[in-house]
Amino acid sequence: MSTLISLSQVEKYYGDYHALRGIDLEIRSGEFFSLLGPSGCGKTTLLRTIAGFEGVSGGAIRIDGKDMAGVPPNLRPTNMVFQSYAIFPHLSVAENVAFGLRRSGLSKTDKARAVTEALEMVGLGGFGKRAAHALSGGQRQRVALARALILKPKVLLLDEPLSALDKKMREQMQVELIKLQRQVGITFILVTHDQEEALVMSDRIAVMFDGEIGQMADPETLYRRPASRRVAEFIGQMNFLQARIVDDAGASLMLEVAGLGRTRVEASQATADARTGACVVGLRPETLGILFEGEAPRLGQEVIDAVVDEVVYYGDMTYYHVHIPGVAEPLKLSMKNITGRPVLDIGTSTRVAWDPRALVLLGG
Amino acid sequence: MYALAFLAVPIIAVILFSFWTQDFMTLDRTFTLDNYREIAEKPIYTVLLQRSIYVSACVTLVTVILAYPIAYFVSFHVEPGRKSLWLFLITIPFWTSYLIRVFLWKVVLGYNGVVNSGLLGLGLIDEPLSFILYNVNAVIITLAHAFAPFAILPIFVALEKIDRSLLEASQDLGETRFTTFLRVTLPLSMPGLVAAVLIVFIPTIGDYVTPELMGGAGGKLIANMIQVQFRELNNAPLGAALALMAMVSVTAISLVFIFLNRRWLRRQG
Repeated sequence: MSTLISLSQVEKYYGDYHALRGIDLEIRSGEFFSLLGPSGCGKTTLLRTIAGFEGVSGGAIRIDGKDMAGVPPNLRPTNMVFQSYAIFPHLSVAENVAFGLRRSGLSKTDKARAVTEALEMVGLGGFGKRAAHALSGGQRQRVALARALILKPKVLLLDEPLSALDKKMREQMQVELIKLQRQVGITFILVTHDQEEALVMSDRIAVMFDGEIGQMADPETLYRRPASRRVAEFIGQMNFLQARIVDDAGASLMLEVAGLGRTRVEASQATADARTGACVVGLRPETLGILFEGEAPRLGQEVIDAVVDEVVYYGDMTYYHVHIPGVAEPLKLSMKNITGRPVLDIGTSTRVAWDPRALVLLGG
Repeated sequence: MYALAFLAVPIIAVILFSFWTQDFMTLDRTFTLDNYREIAEKPIYTVLLQRSIYVSACVTLVTVILAYPIAYFVSFHVEPGRKSLWLFLITIPFWTSYLIRVFLWKVVLGYNGVVNSGLLGLGLIDEPLSFILYNVNAVIITLAHAFAPFAILPIFVALEKIDRSLLEASQDLGETRFTTFLRVTLPLSMPGLVAAVLIVFIPTIGDYVTPELMGGAGGKLIANMIQVQFRELNNAPLGAALALMAMVSVTAISLVFIFLNRRWLRRQG
């Protein structure tokens, strides 16, 4: 896939406030790319600089090889789905969708056909005559999508498009958006603060903190091999344990981990800064497992004693907090409620299996 | 109840009066259309009504055209914390009485007024400009100034209510700032504009102080004639008939305006 958008050393200041700090980014053609981060991290600002609503204070943005400096939003090959959807309240659904076609030079019948197709594509066939203000949140979002996609932009920018929807609608729209993106083949750039949403939808994700990119990777790498403690904390749940490198043999490391004792990990499980300074070990809840009656650890797993501290029952899953000797903070772990497994009570003594291959060693 | 007492009763009284006649000192209460016949037959009344409508239309046009940019500026280019200060400054003319403001305009526009002596002093003109005092133009200038805040405020409120992301969406969809104004800002601010037009147009028809003081011989309007009928000529029935004519004309023009506006908005799609 070829590079469609490239940002080099993009800076943005609002007065004294440094909103974007030297962003380098390459987004490929046809990719579903997400900008993920907590509020105030600069992700929306970055999206708006790509759209052209904000100028940059330094650096360059190139789309399809062209420098975008000084190019206003109406002349950029990008279209945006706004967080508020920005549906024109004085126009009907069809008029909203046709808004950007005025300069297209299409005949009236071609325009009408394009509008019908666009509305059918987003599942709003037959809604054209409705007044825009009479739509539900999900329908407004579909209109916003149709209105942007009808112009066949090179890039579709989505600014927290699902945050205003309820959970069920959001999950449905996530799947629809992925399908839609595959169908039209347009590059999507999604801004979201919802890590689950980013993991579900994206080909690649850039995690941003304080105007900088903390890590850029595909969802699996991001989840399994976070580059820093901050990324690990932001994406999903993670247990952290104090650790010390006893022996660095290059290809593998011997660690002394609080509560777990000595263990050997591959070099690929450790970040560069962890090998030179203070470090912690990260363990995802689902890589830990309670050993119920009659269950034995699998090959490669280690076992420690633990006491149940808290139980949270979710139906399909049960989340446990367990205490292990020598560690003050309880470990979080999650168990699938498969047939035959009891839900343990608080205070029960049990055994917990863990796997050295699931550890990540992070700078702390 | 109050609406009935203060609005309906006077209007009914005016309607009743317009069908009676004045017989020197007494009121003849037999039903007659004589007043309306007189209005239709003597051209003076029609001329005055037409002139009134013309003046009001001019005042409305001037006021709204001047008010829109001010409202737009305050809404879009003044930082949020300063907006109330700006609105406060706009209402400052209200601190002085309407009458004093009219007299001040006499000072500004008069033969020896600020404008004329200024231009004379600069050598730009040889003799005082006469088209700005004691005629229709002077009335229009004075009324437009007096009603400006009434026009600015509703337009400002309408502009404030526009979601700014709509303007960005329009630009994102290919429109320039100017075409965005035509396709989004203007249609969405139309309720405020209509309110401003009606708020200025309706009361200016009935205004008689300004034409009395600023209008001179050729600048008298229908309201002056109504006043003359009621007071100097002691002919309340004819005055009432004139007032009713003026009211009906204003209502008709306003309705036509609203209708045309609706149709224009619908065609904007």
